[in-house]
Amino acid sequence: MTAPAVYVPADSTALALGADAVAAAVAAESARRGVAVRVVRNSSRGAFWLEPLVEVDGPSGRLAFGAVSAADVPGLFEAGFLAGGKHRLALGPVTAIPWLARQDRLVFARAGLDDPLSPEAYLAAGGTAGLRRALALPPAAVVSQIADAGLRGRGGAAFPAAVKWRTVLETPAARKVVVCNADEGDSGTFADRMVMEGDPFALLEGMAIAGTAVGAERGIVYVRAEYPQARAALLRAVEIATAQGWLGGDVLGSGRAFRVDIFQGAGAYVCGEETALLESLEGKRGMVRAKPPVPAVAGLHGLPTLVHNVLTLATVPAILAHGPEAHGRRGTGRSRGTQAFQLAGNVRRGGLVEAPFGLSLRELVEGFGGGTESGRPIRAVQVGGPLGSWFPASQLDLPLDYESVAAAGGALGHGGVVVFDDTVDMARMARHAMAFCARESCGKCTPCRIGSTRGVELLDAIRREGPGGGRMELLRDLCATLAGASLCALGGMTPGPVLSALQHFPEDFGPRGAGGEP
Amino acid sequence: MTDAAAAAVEAVLARAAPEPASLLPVLHAVQEALGHVPPEAAGAIGHRLGLSAAEVHGVVSFYHWFRTRPGGRHTVRLCRAEACQARGAGTLQAHAERRLGCGLSGTGAGGVNLEPADCLGHCACGPSVLVDGQPHARVTPERLDAILAALEEKP
Repeated sequence: MTAPAVYVPADSTALALGADAVAAAVAAESARRGVAVRVVRNSSRGAFWLEPLVEVDGPSGRLAFGAVSAADVPGLFEAGFLAGGKHRLALGPVTAIPWLARQDRLVFARAGLDDPLSPEAYLAAGGTAGLRRALALPPAAVVSQIADAGLRGRGGAAFPAAVKWRTVLETPAARKVVVCNADEGDSGTFADRMVMEGDPFALLEGMAIAGTAVGAERGIVYVRAEYPQARAALLRAVEIATAQGWLGGDVLGSGRAFRVDIFQGAGAYVCGEETALLESLEGKRGMVRAKPPVPAVAGLHGLPTLVHNVLTLATVPAILAHGPEAHGRRGTGRSRGTQAFQLAGNVRRGGLVEAPFGLSLRELVEGFGGGTESGRPIRAVQVGGPLGSWFPASQLDLPLDYESVAAAGGALGHGGVVVFDDTVDMARMARHAMAFCARESCGKCTPCRIGSTRGVELLDAIRREGPGGGRMELLRDLCATLAGASLCALGGMTPGPVLSALQHFPEDFGPRGAGGEP
Repeated sequence: MTDAAAAAVEAVLARAAPEPASLLPVLHAVQEALGHVPPEAAGAIGHRLGLSAAEVHGVVSFYHWFRTRPGGRHTVRLCRAEACQARGAGTLQAHAERRLGCGLSGTGAGGVNLEPADCLGHCACGPSVLVDGQPHARVTPERLDAILAALEEKP
């Protein structure tokens, strides 16, 4: 009989909350008591408010304990937690925790189950079924599956994925490339990081399927420098997947090749923009390219290049394995499938909430989130990252799908949702948005390069001297220029957080006393 | 640049494919070895990869991650993005600056580089910091003090 398993996540947020110390304490305490256990470093289920979330195998499924600190471990053994003993941190069967039970997990179905780098566990949980199916189909049929599923780019632009796939497939070239954009720089987002650390084989499988479909033999993951754990997991996953024959010169015995390299970014937010990312991969400054040509026609080194975000590619294996309808029947309107909402900021129960598009902002921040962690009233919620718009507490009934959020003047982006309580100074947040744009602008186009700095100066003047003197008109005019004349979304969408803050919280835009401190 | 630094750069270049696309990996490796990218190394790097020193400098200066001056032995990257701001990143930053006696992008007491970061991906549990590559979340000023105290005991 094998020793009972104790699951302690190795996801980097769990590590940031002390998971390594918990795992070490479990090993030490079991040795001290002479009780054999097997510590499994699983991925996180995304219930970060409960991390470190420790699980044990029970008679009818896994039992959870959280949030566990190393100091709690002796008490857990004392309470007989391996046999499901009573303890103040006991949460019962993990799948019955309402926060998890109410989700609909398609992309994150494997989150938290097992060691994410175990090929056996990946196969047991359905891994490679999508790739096997794709290899058995003609390339155009694989693209049709993606089209039928209604998959849209999850990175923020929500562009129909199949259009890109078809373009790359139909562009004649000796070599083509699949590039995974893992430069997840939006504040309030961590879904890509969770995939890379917690289910990296799914991402690689998605890339291999894409390569098969569009005729590319090379894949590159551009992962941001701020994610050292994700990069390490990917490097290891590529080695293992190659050894398993899932990648390499003969993918699953098909005779087709697909190899993946991992490339490290260097702290430039704008490299999340696909053309800046390609420049960066070529060893250059991350300067945005004018389009056309689109990367699908002439991308990396001029080759037809399929560029997708991590989540988009990680959704692909499930579409191939379960059929496009499993994805397509979820969601609402033209927003098909599920969105990995990332609930963050000042919220009691934050983490990854995967649910079909159309979930209301209220269900997310109040239902799942349980309101603010500070216990103060919610005042403002930013949807869609640093370039996303602010919504006041009165607009929480907003349905979260691409079209509804756009109709309300925002953008769902990469699905990040950041909650603030009533202590937030919205003029300060508007200034932050402009300052962020100024700092991160690649400098290629004038509205973004110069306009963002003028925006910071204007907001400082408004905070110092008030909205009079034509300053508001100037700010709106500047925002119109940024929105209409910038080359990419960085300059183009920075007015979103600025103008929505102004629209919903005009009372914050007045004199703040001398100095106009940042 | 010392002879040892030049040798370290040469060792990195000897492993790199001689093409412009190797530039970012080379810069990461140089910074990994030396703690920074010496401006004087631009010529050698460019020569090997087929770029001018100016092009190398242009890339180094574009990316926030690369530093051109020697710093301390440890690096604390402090997230100042919105989600951490909602959970007290401003207070934490003020505390860090006071305690280390330096501003963002400076090097403070005990040879600790204090670097700004825009999102470390622990947004449900901020404020977060990345200390020599290790993440920490829900970092109060007291917890930061404990983290910094632990650094002082390391070489």
